[in-house]
Amino acid sequence: MDATQLGTTLGTLLKLAWLLPLAGFTVEIFGGFWGSRKSKAAAYLAVACIAGAFILSASALLLWGTTTGWSALESHETAHGESHGDAHHDDAHHDDAHPAAVHDEAHPAPAQAAAADKPHYPKSFSGTIYLLAEFQVAERFPALRFAIDYYVDSLTLTMFTMVTFIATCIHLFAIGYMSDELTDHHEDHEVHTSHGHFVRPGRFYRFFAFLSLFCFSMLGLVLAGNVFMVFIFWELVGVCSYFLIGFYVERKSASNAANKAFIMNRVGDFGFLIGLMILLTYFGTFQFASRVEDGVARPGLFDLLRDEHGALKISANGDTVFLNAETAPIDAAGTRETKTIPYYLLLTAGLGIFAGCIGKSAQFPLQTWLPDAMEGPTPVSALVHSATMVAAGVYLAGRFYPMFVPDVLLVIAYVGCITLFLAATIAIVATDIKKVLAYSTISQLGYMMLGIGVGGWSAGLFHLITHAFFKSLMFLASGSVIYGCHHVQEMPLMGGLRKKMPITAYTMLVGVIAIAGLAIPHTPIAFSGFYSKDAIVATAMTYAQLNRTHFLLFLMPLFGAGITAFYMFRLWFYTFAGQPRDHHVYEHAHESPRVMTVPLLVLSLLAAFCAWGGESGFLFKMLSYSEPTGVAEGVVDQFSGLNLPSHHQIHANHTQAGYYALLAAVLGAFTAYLFYGKRAFDPADVKRQLSGLHEFLAQKWWFDELYEVMFRRPAHIVARFCAAFDRVVFDGLLHWLARFAVQIAKWDRTFDEQIVDGFVNRLGQVTYSTGRAFSYLQTGSLRQYVTFIVVGVVGIWLLVQFFSM
Amino acid sequence: MPIVTLNTYLLIAGALFVCGVVCMASKRNAIGVLMGVELVLNGANLNFVAFARYTKLALDGQVMSLFVIVLAAAEAAIALAIALNFYNNHLTIDVDRADDLQG
Repeated sequence: MDATQLGTTLGTLLKLAWLLPLAGFTVEIFGGFWGSRKSKAAAYLAVACIAGAFILSASALLLWGTTTGWSALESHETAHGESHGDAHHDDAHHDDAHPAAVHDEAHPAPAQAAAADKPHYPKSFSGTIYLLAEFQVAERFPALRFAIDYYVDSLTLTMFTMVTFIATCIHLFAIGYMSDELTDHHEDHEVHTSHGHFVRPGRFYRFFAFLSLFCFSMLGLVLAGNVFMVFIFWELVGVCSYFLIGFYVERKSASNAANKAFIMNRVGDFGFLIGLMILLTYFGTFQFASRVEDGVARPGLFDLLRDEHGALKISANGDTVFLNAETAPIDAAGTRETKTIPYYLLLTAGLGIFAGCIGKSAQFPLQTWLPDAMEGPTPVSALVHSATMVAAGVYLAGRFYPMFVPDVLLVIAYVGCITLFLAATIAIVATDIKKVLAYSTISQLGYMMLGIGVGGWSAGLFHLITHAFFKSLMFLASGSVIYGCHHVQEMPLMGGLRKKMPITAYTMLVGVIAIAGLAIPHTPIAFSGFYSKDAIVATAMTYAQLNRTHFLLFLMPLFGAGITAFYMFRLWFYTFAGQPRDHHVYEHAHESPRVMTVPLLVLSLLAAFCAWGGESGFLFKMLSYSEPTGVAEGVVDQFSGLNLPSHHQIHANHTQAGYYALLAAVLGAFTAYLFYGKRAFDPADVKRQLSGLHEFLAQKWWFDELYEVMFRRPAHIVARFCAAFDRVVFDGLLHWLARFAVQIAKWDRTFDEQIVDGFVNRLGQVTYSTGRAFSYLQTGSLRQYVTFIVVGVVGIWLLVQFFSM
Repeated sequence: MPIVTLNTYLLIAGALFVCGVVCMASKRNAIGVLMGVELVLNGANLNFVAFARYTKLALDGQVMSLFVIVLAAAEAAIALAIALNFYNNHLTIDVDRADDLQG
């Protein structure tokens, strides 16, 4: 199979996997509306669609692997080796391991010596699924295309498989979790009306329809081959999360949370749009990869900005960036016109796109929507807030990495750093089981952003995948707890539940260990979170060594690792260990049905072992094969003074960083055990002594209040002013105009009725009365008539005589 | 023997005419009214004939009077028919009673 065939086949497989949930959505939403509210058909269809999508994605992954002979894994094996201390890195060999991003199938890179006998496969495959429109925006660009493109590389394949797999588990789980909606009269215990609780028809089908639509949107986002398509699906993901967070729309808190999520995302998307406009103006294309279509070269964004070594070409004074001349179209005179973009605009475009990621991935300062989004049903929290929606932001940050200049990366790193610390501290004091997980999600997303920002592209995305597994596991486990405890979410009411629900408790423990990043040193026994967090911490440590002023970027994640372990073990001990604190809840608690525990078991296996082998394992290599060119060599930027670490430098720190992170995690876990497991100290004492701090954290650093004062109040004041202005001035003017028109009309009516009609009526009246008067002459008496004639003739004669005299 | 001139004829014709008109205006009997009409017509006829005799009108006047006689005959026939019909309907020929068409 040659490269073109492989690309087409992969594109087709993923396209089908992408469209299956859409088909499911269409059938479910219409079929469910007309069908019975007690039928589980919608759920089975949704599961079938997403499972089908998983099979297609997995087969695409396998096809890619077997066809390329797992070249991704082999080449990295030689480049990095098993041992971290391999000092004999052959630079030439190193370059071979990262061949120039050959998106352009017409110009394959020189065949590698090792792969001389095999056909050469490019790193990524791209093509157009459907061309929507083509515009000639400016003379200097080829026509701008709005198209549904696909862009497939090992990252896409991994993401597809991960998303569809987790979504399948969540769908299965949701069949059990949502089963109380299978009724014509669902009673919502949290909505009170004047007639008691609110009762409505069950919405089982609607839930699954939106889950399907959600999967479709997320897969479309991952498959997207141009950034405009990313934006479209980005918004679709947003709107689906809006539907799902606001699933219990009658609850005020749920509809508020849905609005909050949607509006905060719009804030980020505003930046996204600005970024898109800058890209459109200076690059004239949205497409990621270069392509040759119908003999016309269509250079993509990445090839336009970066040369074959992944470097930027910046002018001597540092304020202009030259676009890659190789890709510029040849004009009529036969010369290539070199295009440029001002550095500050490239910076703005990067920050704008990243603002979108901030909104979607709930990074500081737009993090407040995610905890509120826990109002949705728990399977939604699992899907939306672990593997898909929030992952979209990190995915885009990774996908768009070549467009980010070092300054943008620094901003990304700091945003991630602040977020991870802030969210972790809040998670310590949260008592709602889902809120703890929500803050932990924000914190872990901060890790991913930090990883990407400090130049650990693969590390950040590695954590994205491992996190998706253990966080969806923990969300589902918490869902199982909530289901088993009859919708009790407050941890102070739980305790000792592991005896009642052992499967939930121990799968949750797997997730907790994974996210805490525990491992046994010098053995391959390590949970997935250890590897991915270790990768990030090692990168951050190297970055901090290279750029001494940014030492916080290393200390924070290290400290965060300790806090993470603390609050996660706190959650587990609080919920599952110790004595029951509320006997009513405890006695009614029960283990969930098998349709919910089986997904837990499957996910716990993956949460534990998906990163098996760490940086020489399968998952990491799959991801790092797609790493943008030039990341592995590190970057020394003379303008910003920022140095990005090379893989080589990172490896030197790996073991050390691993120990630090592990130490922090163990300390955190042990503290949690002392406080909540062994009860050596009473947490209430600490809470009392640090009541100010506790209050500060429990109020989420007062962010909601800050935004209330900063944005909501001013907005309300302005809105009230506008409303008053509208009422007084505009409405007043309009009312005055209306009254004026009515007055004019009244006058007109009077004129019409009195003068015009009056004249005509009067005329008629006079005519009538005259005729009436004359009718008296018509007496009917013949003799009178004769007399009249005679008198008349005589009269006329007399007159004639009189006048003719 | 007084000389008979045009004026004599005209005076007699005028007297006849006035008698006819007075008869028409005063008689309540429809037949009486018809007789008044005849008198008026004959007064006019006498004028035609007199002018034919004494002026250049010559035969034209006589022809005209013949026409008037024929017309009077026709008119008398129709008027009598009306009178008969009126009598059939009203059992009288009093013209004062024939006021159905008054305004």
